[in-house]
Amino acid sequence: MSDSRFWLRKYFSIAMFTLCGLSVVIAFIPLILIFYRTIAFGASALDWNFFTKLPTPVGETGGGLANAIVGTLILVGLGCCLSLPVGVMAGIYLSEYGQNWFGNTVRFLTDVLNGVPSIVTGVVAYTLVVLPMKHFSAYAGGVALGILMIPTITRTTEEILKTVPHTLREAALALGIPQWKTSLQIVLRTAIGGVVTGIMLAIARAAGETAPLLFTALNNRFWHTSLGQPIASLTVFIYNYSVSPFEDWIAQAWAGALVLMILILLLSIAVRFATRSSLSER
Amino acid sequence: MTEEIETTEPPAMKTEIHSTGGDGRISDRVKISAEHVSAYFGKTQAVKDVSLNIPEHAVVAIIGPSGCGKSTFLRSINRMHELIPDSRLTGKIALDGEDVYKMDAVLLRKKIGMVFQKANPFPTMSIYDNVAAGLRMGGMHDRKKISEIVERSLQQAALWSEVKDLLYKSGASLSGGQQQRLCIARALAVNPEVLLMDEPASALDPISTAKVEDLIYELKKTYTIAIVTHNMQQAARVSDYTAFFYMGELIEYDETRKIFTMPSKKQTEDYVTGRFG
Repeated sequence: MSDSRFWLRKYFSIAMFTLCGLSVVIAFIPLILIFYRTIAFGASALDWNFFTKLPTPVGETGGGLANAIVGTLILVGLGCCLSLPVGVMAGIYLSEYGQNWFGNTVRFLTDVLNGVPSIVTGVVAYTLVVLPMKHFSAYAGGVALGILMIPTITRTTEEILKTVPHTLREAALALGIPQWKTSLQIVLRTAIGGVVTGIMLAIARAAGETAPLLFTALNNRFWHTSLGQPIASLTVFIYNYSVSPFEDWIAQAWAGALVLMILILLLSIAVRFATRSSLSER
Repeated sequence: MTEEIETTEPPAMKTEIHSTGGDGRISDRVKISAEHVSAYFGKTQAVKDVSLNIPEHAVVAIIGPSGCGKSTFLRSINRMHELIPDSRLTGKIALDGEDVYKMDAVLLRKKIGMVFQKANPFPTMSIYDNVAAGLRMGGMHDRKKISEIVERSLQQAALWSEVKDLLYKSGASLSGGQQQRLCIARALAVNPEVLLMDEPASALDPISTAKVEDLIYELKKTYTIAIVTHNMQQAARVSDYTAFFYMGELIEYDETRKIFTMPSKKQTEDYVTGRFG
């Protein structure tokens, strides 16, 4: 009797374990496929020219997407200038001070903003920046990406800071450390790894956005001369090239996708490395 | 507030002082006085009309069964109670005669340090930085002075000899007992006048507990100490006075020797003899 129960439990455990493992594999399949396709199709079109030359007209070989690579970095950088301070500070506010109706309202609106389609964010930036300036610009693209990044950064920062044990805040306050220093130098410092992960998620998402850039940063086949001008970006180039009928453009679109993926990967690794704890645990 | 303020005075100093407690340096100056203190969490009253005085350089133990309000009372003294949402406090607590609820909370907490039940070193900081944290964030930048104070505090906390070669390792790498002494050193570094200890040894093994108790005995020469403890032997060993709390009320407050040998209240006797609690 008890013996059969034991085996029943054993088999059930094995079955559940298998299911979990299977789910992991299923979740990985699309990821692997995307990686495989991008590398297989993109790597062949990658050469030194891709990183150093401007796009060439159809039929002319040897062109690259140097301006688009730089453009994407600039646009994401501009987006960070807007979203990092706002997002991180809003996250600190919500976690450390936001246990009131105002905090709840901000939290709710942030979640709503998170669900807004990115093209709507583009329209907002168009209205806010492009219409008053009367032309498309890198600034407008940066604002669009920034608005897009704020809710992600705010909410992940808040959630991560909330995981910092309350006893640490108490320890700091009991030492006579003011509340704001406790928030910044104890709580934020303890959770900085998680906050950075949240920021990286937001950056990765923003770097892969096309829709909000279409009518803000527009596109540019040449080097931009100022941030007040339209600017190229990898995603818009990928979009334009991949729907084109020209084979070399399509190949370059694959290469652009590969470069974008590698850029984000390198950025993640670099930031991880820079913010790792300098303390040895044992 | 009514006219008659019935404060449980510390018993008058006698020539002979509790054998395990003092070295004769307890002054008859009142360091902390609580008058009719009631503390609430929402609608629950955790501390009911407690009045007691803590003399300077004394160790006062607060004992009582779980949930009797002893920690809450302790946390009202340095205004940690008010950090809990929905909390409320009535009555008056004074440090050297000054109402703590009219003082700036940050300045007050520099004067009244606290050690918590569970050791809580700052996990991202080294041992050195943990002890220096209160100083640096309090605005001290003189490196030489900071390192002097760090060493002195670690020595006071009887930890220096064990950690002097690993000052730049994470505080979290220490054992539980060492972590607790690190927290004591951290509290001492900002040079408080009063030290509140909320069951500082409850998570420690007997050897670490003995070290912390020895430490309390040393520290009372310089500081005034209030310690909440579940361990009655510990209260008897380290304290000059003992307050017995039950259901949020202060039942009895007297010299430790009296509380443990001839308490005047039946409830106290039942508790210290182990009949309940």
